[in-house]
Amino acid sequence: MQHVIDNRVPANPVPVIRIRRLTKSYGHGDATVHALRGPSLPGTDEPAGVDLDIEQGDYVAVMGSSGSGKSTLMNILGCLDVPTSGRYLLDGTDVGHLDEQQLALVRNRKIGFVFQSFNLVPRTTALAQVELPLAYAGVRSAERRRRAMAALSLVGLGERAGHKPNQLSGGQQQRVAVARALVTAPAMLLADEPTGNLDSRSTEEVLGLIDGLNATGRTVVLITHEDEVARHAKRVLRLVDGQIVSDVRQAPVDGPPPVLAGLGVPA
Amino acid sequence: MILWQTLRFAVGGLAANKVRSALTMLGVLIGVASVILLLAVGNGSSQAVKDSITSLGTNSLTVSAGSAAGGSRSVSSVKKLTVADAKALATDADSSAIKSVAPVVTTSATALYGNVSYTPGSVVGTYPAYFETSNQKVAHGEYFTNDDVLGSRKVAVLGATTAKQLFDTEDPVGKKIVLGGTPFTVVGVLQAKGGSGFTDPDDVVIAPLPTVQNAFTGFGTVNQILVQASSADTTTAAQSEITRVLLGTHAIADPSKADFRITNQASLLTARESTTKTFTVLLGAVAAISLLVGGIGITNIMLVTVTERTREIGIRKALGAPRAVILGQFLTESTLLSVIGAGLGVAAGIVGSHFSIVGIKPVVIPASVLGAFGIAVAIGLFFGSYPANRAASLRPIDALRHE
Repeated sequence: MQHVIDNRVPANPVPVIRIRRLTKSYGHGDATVHALRGPSLPGTDEPAGVDLDIEQGDYVAVMGSSGSGKSTLMNILGCLDVPTSGRYLLDGTDVGHLDEQQLALVRNRKIGFVFQSFNLVPRTTALAQVELPLAYAGVRSAERRRRAMAALSLVGLGERAGHKPNQLSGGQQQRVAVARALVTAPAMLLADEPTGNLDSRSTEEVLGLIDGLNATGRTVVLITHEDEVARHAKRVLRLVDGQIVSDVRQAPVDGPPPVLAGLGVPA
Repeated sequence: MILWQTLRFAVGGLAANKVRSALTMLGVLIGVASVILLLAVGNGSSQAVKDSITSLGTNSLTVSAGSAAGGSRSVSSVKKLTVADAKALATDADSSAIKSVAPVVTTSATALYGNVSYTPGSVVGTYPAYFETSNQKVAHGEYFTNDDVLGSRKVAVLGATTAKQLFDTEDPVGKKIVLGGTPFTVVGVLQAKGGSGFTDPDDVVIAPLPTVQNAFTGFGTVNQILVQASSADTTTAAQSEITRVLLGTHAIADPSKADFRITNQASLLTARESTTKTFTVLLGAVAAISLLVGGIGITNIMLVTVTERTREIGIRKALGAPRAVILGQFLTESTLLSVIGAGLGVAAGIVGSHFSIVGIKPVVIPASVLGAFGIAVAIGLFFGSYPANRAASLRPIDALRHE
């Protein structure tokens, strides 16, 4: 596992994610819908915005029903969408000030995505999928291949490198997506309902992989509506109508994820 | 991102929709091939006209009666051309540019051989110099001679078409034909020149001038005087010498009031050339339109491709693909479509130009091959840039949510 994962202990205590008074709304005037609003400002109906800090090495599950704003939050955290107002600092950088080019770089270097619907590039082999972020980062072909193979073996798909998405099962496709997300050694792994389309065995496999990544120091933000999945996280946030209504810590930031801790794996 | 990788993705993208890509390429192929082929046809026909005019003899000048300025003065004052005019031209001491002179009378008569009756296009009475000047070569037998002219002998040289009509497979030389009641002995048959216009230059009977005058036209005027300049370069000099001599014999002081007209083949050549140039430009325009339509086909298909692959674009953007990479990928795809289409079009155009089209042998213009290929590739880039730009400027979240 160690050849892919950046195992260094963070030198600075700056949170990986710091958002302040963040709001996201759609539509105008009376038809405005606040997908993210936070608490109302005292005495008015105006949204105050969401505040949130996520520490390096944390494993956060964001829960909420459909329409609670959890996907909106995830898209903003992943720099796929821009907030209506508020500040978002990723690794100390104010993302709001970056142009399109720099945002692409941030997505490439700092964030690894895992989506509910896998989102693999069609007609492309598993190896090429995993090489893709490295190619965009400008890594040389031989180095790219070596690192992509390492990432694929990490998720247990080393011998399926030449398979295309339509030749892989759902669980295997999601493992390819995990390998693709971690191959650039990003600061943060963002997973949007990663097990939503998987059977229970594949769910365990994928969550096991994510637990393992967190155990080696990777920050993970996971969106889910299943308590079973949230059980894997060190901290659980609940969103209702664009507000964080509860914030429960299930395990310390420095320790292993709760499920691995229960198995007796040392930190 | 490395060029090779982009190219591989582009080929993969095209291969994913083979029929669609092939049809789009077909559009470009047809455009390029038609540009090359139609320009080659235009060029071929202009070449053919040039060749046929050259075969008439580029250093011959034709003097005919009538006002050069046309119209304004009365017919009665126009002096006809006579054999005396021709003699004056032939004997003028200062006219170094004039090589030979042949007065020509033209009439028509019905020829009879045995029980075959045929009316040739024209019966020409002239001097032997006519043959060389008008580039008429004898295929079989002989020309008539100056002696035949002086003796007003009843001999004739037949054009290829006339000979074929009267004699079919028989050998005409030495046979007697009856032309308008007068018996003539055939001494030669001319080589076929082939016609480019409405009149067949091979449908002719040529006989000595006095013989034709005696039998048909009388000894008054001649229709035209054919003058051969000493070379193609001296036609202008010959033209001014003819003007000078004839103004003298016709006693006209003002050259603008000349009662004769001089035409040369060179001026005919330029007139015909400008006609065929118009023709070529017209053909080229039609072909260019089809090339444009091919280009619009590329835009259409690339727009469909972008819409279809919006989600893929979203994924790539989420993985950190910069705008330039997405742009490059779709531009490469559209350029690849046009390059392959244009390449096949060039091949098709060149192969097609080996066949003769509506009787014209196409002559490929090398510049048109390069031009058509270059324009097709540029069209691919230009028409591909709109869809590619649209793909590249999609916001990642919108692209990812696209169904």
